[in-house]
Amino acid sequence: MSLAHPLAASAGASRRAVLLAHAAAAHRSRAVDAARIATPHIRYEAILPEIVMLGGAVLLLAVGALVERQLRARVATFGTLAVSAGALGVSLWQWADVTSHGGFTAVDRAVVVDGFSALVNILVSCAMFLTALVADGYLRRERVEGAELHVLAMVSASGAMIMGSANDLIVIFLGLEILSIALYVLAAFNHRRAASGEAALKYFILGSFSSAVFVYGIALVYGATGTSNLAQIAGFLSTRVLTSDGLLLAGMTLLMVGFAFKVAAVPFHMWTPDVYQGAPSPVTGFMAAVAKAGAFAAFLRVFVSSFETLRADWQPIVYGIAVVTLLLGAGLAVVQRDVKRMLAYSSINHAGFVLLGLQAATAGGVSASLYYLFAYTFMVIGSFAVVTVLGRRGDAAHDIASYRGLARRQPLLALMFAVLLLAQAGAPFTTGLWAKLQVVLASVDHSVPLAVIAMISAAIAAFFYLRVAVLMYTPLPAAGAAPGVETPAEEPVPLGRGVAARALAPTEVAVPAAGAPRARPLWTGDERNAVALDRLNAGLLLDDDPMTLALVGAGDGAAPEDAVGEGALGDGAQAVSPPAGGAGRERVLVGESGPAASLAFDTLAGGREETLDVVNVLATGPARVPPLSAVAIGLCVAVTVVLGFWPGPLTAFAHHATLLFQR
Amino acid sequence: MLHAVFLLPLFPLAGFVVLLFFGRRIGEPVAGWIGTSAVAAAFVAACVTLVGLANQPASARQLTCSDSCARGASGHAFFTWIPVGGLHVKVAILLDPLSMTMAMFVTGVSMLIHLYSIGYMKGDRDFTKFFVYLNAFVFSMLVLVLANNLLVTFVGWEGVGVCSYWLISFWFHRDSAASAGKKAFIYNRIGDAGFLLAMFLIFSKTGTLTYLTVFAHRHLLVGGGTMTAAVLLLFLAATGKSAQIPLFNWLPDAMEGPTPVSALIHAATMVTAGVYLMVRVNPLLALSPDAMWVIAAIGGATAFVAATIACAQQDIKKALAFSTVSQIGYMVLAVGTGAYVAAIFLMVCHAFYKGLLFLGAGSVIHGLDDEQDMKRMGGLRRTMPWTYVTFMTAWLALAAIPPFAGFWAKGDILANVYGKTLVLYALGLLTAFFTAYYMSRIYFLTFTGRERWATPAPDGRPAHHRPHESPWVMRAPLVVLSFFAVFAGAVNLPWVHTGTLDQWLAPVLGSRLFNAHESPAELVWLAVADGIVAVAAAYAAWRIWGRTSERPALEPAFLQRVWYWDNVYDAVIGRPGQVVARAYAVVVDGRLIDGAVNGVARLVRSTGNGVRRIQTGFVRNYVLGIALGMAAILAFMLSRTK
Repeated sequence: MSLAHPLAASAGASRRAVLLAHAAAAHRSRAVDAARIATPHIRYEAILPEIVMLGGAVLLLAVGALVERQLRARVATFGTLAVSAGALGVSLWQWADVTSHGGFTAVDRAVVVDGFSALVNILVSCAMFLTALVADGYLRRERVEGAELHVLAMVSASGAMIMGSANDLIVIFLGLEILSIALYVLAAFNHRRAASGEAALKYFILGSFSSAVFVYGIALVYGATGTSNLAQIAGFLSTRVLTSDGLLLAGMTLLMVGFAFKVAAVPFHMWTPDVYQGAPSPVTGFMAAVAKAGAFAAFLRVFVSSFETLRADWQPIVYGIAVVTLLLGAGLAVVQRDVKRMLAYSSINHAGFVLLGLQAATAGGVSASLYYLFAYTFMVIGSFAVVTVLGRRGDAAHDIASYRGLARRQPLLALMFAVLLLAQAGAPFTTGLWAKLQVVLASVDHSVPLAVIAMISAAIAAFFYLRVAVLMYTPLPAAGAAPGVETPAEEPVPLGRGVAARALAPTEVAVPAAGAPRARPLWTGDERNAVALDRLNAGLLLDDDPMTLALVGAGDGAAPEDAVGEGALGDGAQAVSPPAGGAGRERVLVGESGPAASLAFDTLAGGREETLDVVNVLATGPARVPPLSAVAIGLCVAVTVVLGFWPGPLTAFAHHATLLFQR
Repeated sequence: MLHAVFLLPLFPLAGFVVLLFFGRRIGEPVAGWIGTSAVAAAFVAACVTLVGLANQPASARQLTCSDSCARGASGHAFFTWIPVGGLHVKVAILLDPLSMTMAMFVTGVSMLIHLYSIGYMKGDRDFTKFFVYLNAFVFSMLVLVLANNLLVTFVGWEGVGVCSYWLISFWFHRDSAASAGKKAFIYNRIGDAGFLLAMFLIFSKTGTLTYLTVFAHRHLLVGGGTMTAAVLLLFLAATGKSAQIPLFNWLPDAMEGPTPVSALIHAATMVTAGVYLMVRVNPLLALSPDAMWVIAAIGGATAFVAATIACAQQDIKKALAFSTVSQIGYMVLAVGTGAYVAAIFLMVCHAFYKGLLFLGAGSVIHGLDDEQDMKRMGGLRRTMPWTYVTFMTAWLALAAIPPFAGFWAKGDILANVYGKTLVLYALGLLTAFFTAYYMSRIYFLTFTGRERWATPAPDGRPAHHRPHESPWVMRAPLVVLSFFAVFAGAVNLPWVHTGTLDQWLAPVLGSRLFNAHESPAELVWLAVADGIVAVAAAYAAWRIWGRTSERPALEPAFLQRVWYWDNVYDAVIGRPGQVVARAYAVVVDGRLIDGAVNGVARLVRSTGNGVRRIQTGFVRNYVLGIALGMAAILAFMLSRTK
């Protein structure tokens, strides 16, 4: 790999550690380099999906600048849809080619085309397509013009594709940077939101840090093995015994840290909640799907193929990371009020599950991880699409309280979201179940305790998914506190649809008309049940946690100054500064129009408009669902449910992709 | 033409989906017609498939996913449902003469009863919902019948179970209907547990659930009582679904559902699923003589017990329900004897005449403003001539009066049982006497004698209006079914040997077992004995019930209260169970489980609240976290260096 040569000299010293040195070969190659720089032959069809994606991005940028203003948004969206559909087509063609002729390497063995890379390309293309659908509605709503978001997302997607088909550590790094740098900008995309900028800054600083660590890892590995090519590393390690492997292990560690940062594994996850919460919602969905897919693809390829012989060394570490990722991701999600932040922790939890497949380090494990990534992509993009829609103008209405009673306002949307959440929880008849089942099956052969821990974390995770689902199907509280919101007395059935609602309607009509204080769900037979249900709802809304109590008791006029800026996004910061929906909700529920509350919030999230939006969430009725977003949500749910009922094809797909793994 | 079979379950499924989503908008009566035509289309598909199957040579009358297909390769399957490890479950079809026969009469009878329901359910508040359930039922029943493996059969099995539950409690605002639905569901759950255990056992021994593969490897199940256990567990499931001792009590209560439901689900089709399952696994039964004896004994006992109870019932539907239990007892007796063809023969004939009886009863109930008490009927032959004539043919068929269908079907079973054991034969013949007796009693009480509906009841209930004959949509199915009640016996006459049901089913079930040992003279004598018993019982019933409706001595409480069977269950299982459940709810669930769950929840939340303090929002702390994590991993790695 010609790119690697500048590093060769510095790595020379460490080579002496190698027992069976191949000094002669190295010497010869250095002599050749001195003579001329060989440009490798490039097989363009090997990198066609990346070319389509990247070329499409550049083309779209140019076209976007040329067309009229009012056409720009449409051109950007449909151009992106066309490009990602094209990339998907090319990836599928690659897949067909690979299944019939086998995989191959290209561009001086820096790039590999095999089932694995084809699957990642297909996955990323799908994710890009769906994101374009979601982003369109978002951009219109936020009145952001121009093709930039789409273009940056496509660039980022091409980076993920490069990571999936890289066969060289340097190329992986290249992909990682293409992926990341575009994402940094994307995270800051909505410059009207301070949170967005803060998220991007955090992401950028930490991302640069981890990139540096990653490059350092590449250097050390190169120093230890004399190559950065994945296949050659594997070949080197399988044919030689090292007398001193400290350098190699240190390099491997640093690579692992770099990957673990990108996939958001504990303890390298800390950026995730802040960035996911701060970034524009469609970008968050894209980031959660594509960055994770690209990083995991490279993670799996490097560790399962190149470092296979060192399995005994890295497996325990991945084991440990998987355990803390699973438990901490689930545990911390439980205490979140902000749905985006909750989903961020849930994506950390999902990363733990994918790590189970890596930890198994078997063909079954890899195919389970791929399956998980595929299923996860559709679930997470669908979920964030719903969150985008419900975020309303300002993209701020993400407090869990604003999901309450959604099923009554927008039954179909609530149903879709419920399905996606249940899928993430691993409910039967969704891809979520099969994904969890496969990774657990893969790990149970290796370690039963790990499988048990995974199950426990899935059980904890089920709680916070179901909490949102239950809240959506729970009616709004407190008649009179929020006029215009409460269900009118003559129509008290809060479930909206369903057999039970219809059946009981005639008897229920009379009761609340007589002046019942609360609109209660149908399943509350008597007063005692109602009390129990209220308590349950309070628990679900985290009404009893210290933060909320402090909010209700003391008001929130005094926001600490240092919360502004760096500390506004963060769990600890929340303990002193109210989140968006919290302030809004209290005002709605209690009926106090505390200027202090909105003031404090203004300083935090920057923009009075947003505060008003949050306050108005419950009063303004259904959130507008743009048609393209509806298509995206529908597609995600359809994939999740159809392949959940019928897991055969996708299982076979992941399985074949693993079999076609080019070593 | 064979491939029309793949359309078979899809038509009712399409009807179900359409009615589910658009039914309320479509409304009455078009929704009913859509439901009916969906089933009619399935019936047409079944006919086409039948022609295709009959055109094959006898040995090739099978369409299924092959052995390799069952293990993962593609083949005649809808899709691979569960591919996990060694378990490959395909949603695939096993089409052979047995499943074809079932599919034919299921779709045929269902079609007629759908048509009838349009008239019967007219004006009901949930008219469309009724057809949603009914189509879902037909779909599930076809899945059950056509499945090529135990697991998919089980899906259909549960599907018909839940449809049965919905339909029994269709008028759920009546407490009795709601609790009858629950009762049916719970009794069936007990049986389903047997089904599940049997599947586990079979899978653990043979590694597959596909029928043909299991049969090919059935030697793996032999030894140590495994086969007997597997067969008896499946039979437990059959007793639940087919209402046999000890799980028969739910069926009479199930009569709370609308009458077309009683006709379709609780007489003609679903309740015979247990018998079908046992016939389907006949290669396993053949290897377990002990289990066969148990099955035969239970079948004989159920037939007898239910027949005696039917003699003392006042409610026309309840009487017919016990008659169903008794008739299925005969089928189970045949299965236990190894006379599978006879079992299927009676199943088909029974579907026609019992369906007809229920529809006739429904017509009467409809005409008399929902009156079900036979003591409040009488003399209806003058006001309801169509119902009267068709009901009469069904009566003669079920009473096994020659030459109606029931005579041939029941005769076939009794002749086979005679070849196996005299004890059960004697019991069967005695039951035949009771059968003819209670059936004639029902007939005489309803259609002959004084017009008791015209006068107020002794307990003060007012007189009914003059009953009216039902509309044509209800009469047409009666006529069609009555044709079959008379002539269905022709498909398997004992002295004919070609073109019979026997020959048709031979590729699946083998040839006759016991009948072959009996000389033609013996067969004739047995038939004569059957005929004499039936006619004698009918005559006796006419003498007793032809003129009067009050004979308390012949309706003892013991029989009216179902041999006190429910009371025994209540005392032995119900009440102690409630005591245990209450204790469990307070101690184990309330304190132990809830305590543990709440404790864990509190632990998770407090841990979360504690840990979130690390998440300060400050980048410097995040970098520190990364650095510490990296340091920890490095330390571990360096400890492993050589």
